[in-house]
Amino acid sequence: MDTSLLIIQTLNGIQLGLLLFLVASGLTLIFGILDFVNLAHGSLYMVGAFFCATLTFALGSFPLAVLIALPLTGLVGYGVERFVARKLYAKDHLQHVLGTFGLILVFDTLTHMIWGPQGISIPLPAWLDTQVTLMKDVVFPTYRLLIIVSGLVCAAGLYWLVNHTRLGMLIRAGASNRTMVSALGIDIKTLFALVFAIGAMLAGLAGMLIAPITEAKIGMGNEVIITAFVVIIVGGIGSVKGAFIAAILIGLIDTLGRSFLDDVFKLFMSSSAAETSAPAISAMLIYLLMALILAFRPQGLFPPMVR
Amino acid sequence: MFGTLSRSSKLTLLALLVLAILPPIFIWTGNSFYVDLATRLVILAIAAVSLNLILGYGGMISFGHAAYLGIGAYAVGIPAHHELYGGFEAIASFGGFTHIFLAVGISALFALITGAICLRTKGVYFIMITMAFAQMLYYLLVSLDEYGADDGLVIDARSEFPLINLDNSLQLYFVCLASLAAAMLIVRTVVHSRFGMVLQGAKGNEERMTSLGYNVYAYRLVAYVISGAMCGFAGALLGNFTTFISPEMMAWSRSGELMFMVILGGVATTLGPLLGSAAFIIIEEAFSSYTIYWHLPFGLMLMAVVLYTNGGIMGMKFKWRSPSAEKGTQENGTK
Repeated sequence: MDTSLLIIQTLNGIQLGLLLFLVASGLTLIFGILDFVNLAHGSLYMVGAFFCATLTFALGSFPLAVLIALPLTGLVGYGVERFVARKLYAKDHLQHVLGTFGLILVFDTLTHMIWGPQGISIPLPAWLDTQVTLMKDVVFPTYRLLIIVSGLVCAAGLYWLVNHTRLGMLIRAGASNRTMVSALGIDIKTLFALVFAIGAMLAGLAGMLIAPITEAKIGMGNEVIITAFVVIIVGGIGSVKGAFIAAILIGLIDTLGRSFLDDVFKLFMSSSAAETSAPAISAMLIYLLMALILAFRPQGLFPPMVR
Repeated sequence: MFGTLSRSSKLTLLALLVLAILPPIFIWTGNSFYVDLATRLVILAIAAVSLNLILGYGGMISFGHAAYLGIGAYAVGIPAHHELYGGFEAIASFGGFTHIFLAVGISALFALITGAICLRTKGVYFIMITMAFAQMLYYLLVSLDEYGADDGLVIDARSEFPLINLDNSLQLYFVCLASLAAAMLIVRTVVHSRFGMVLQGAKGNEERMTSLGYNVYAYRLVAYVISGAMCGFAGALLGNFTTFISPEMMAWSRSGELMFMVILGGVATTLGPLLGSAAFIIIEEAFSSYTIYWHLPFGLMLMAVVLYTNGGIMGMKFKWRSPSAEKGTQENGTK
């Protein structure tokens, strides 16, 4: 196992973890505050990627496209809250799951109708489509570095928003006692819609950032949403801090498992056995981690205080 | 004899009778396509009946039930694959009893292990964890190149049973129908037994059942294993029906569809899951023949069911419910 590959894969793992965090943070905020299970959160990730793809081709600039696609995705999130989610809050979790599952089918089919069945790849501007030499032998794509930086900026911004602003104070108050907050004259409906829109923008941003690497395609949200669920279960549902730590952990374990598990297995089994079993085990690694953590801490690593 | 049966049992028998009469008629009138449709319906109904045991009666919202359909189908496909191409002597076989044993046994084992972990959690955690475990299995099979990975595996020969030839579509259909009747009877018996009463009691008020001295966790786990094993059996039938297996069979959207069937039909009723799967098959057929975008009306319908109905078809159309469900609501009402 050589060191430069290990460093590069660690950076890739952190990059995956930060993208997962962007999706999971919205999911966990919405659950923590609204007690609402939103399966369709992954659809906003997809919608963000498609908006960004169309705008990139229309405007000829990827950064500009992201800037415009962000509020648009937030608007879609607002629409979801206003017309579907709001009617579901009073129902139980089973109804949330079924209703938002229906919403996923609607989103996927509408995307198919508007953008067609093929995925769209987004071209990167020349200044991003380069590599940086971080150390001797460690060469890393500039764009992936940018993803890491923007993920960290978002995490810091979210921390600041939740803990040090008036809006964040209202969000935390709404999470612990909804009725009291609205009795104090706060428009709780608008607050909830705002939280939903913020979550949508975060998920949308993750979709936009990954699209130039994978391409914007139908069903991309359905893959990421399960991993995001694992992240918030491990982190403790409702906790943004937990989501951050769990996301990085899972990003690292998934990436490193896929690249190095066969080397580890070769230490104590024949190389042919290692080569067949390693991909199977590494595909299950994050779920095994989740099972292990839940066996000891059913509430996740950092369950929020109020619930 | 029929005088002693409740109205819901009579309706259930009537529905099974209709299912027994229609397919031979389809064959005679040259519409064998509808026999395939009916077979799919009946197999999905078995899966929905098994899910109803834990979701409807037990209040355990499993979002990973399609995993057992997949396990059952692979338990037919993998032994047949090895019998034909060699390797893995221990399980290589075309024998139907081996397949059924593997399907039910592995499903029960998977349900026992994952259930033991899932049932430690509650509410949303439970929903997501069952889903995550099903997804784990999905990714495991996607990564196994030997069994076709993503592309799946064609089953070259159906399970072999004495006296029965599953290659005959009508015989296969009646095997499935008999299994459905057996599954409904088993769930009905379980639900009406003392065990089932505890299970339903725990759904209504867990603290009370615990303080009465019942080990709610153990009761739920047993129900979870029964349900998983039953769905694994349905999976073996599905494998024999489609003669093609792929990880897609256990994708989480499949689990969602199973939940939809149970809820649309009406939870905690004997006939509900069958009605729900019939409705699903009809919706799928009707919409998909009009448009490739059939998921759009289906998704909208799903949302409409959640937003505007309460209690599914059984709750909308008929005012009665099965005796146990009625008793359950009364008990809940008095707490």
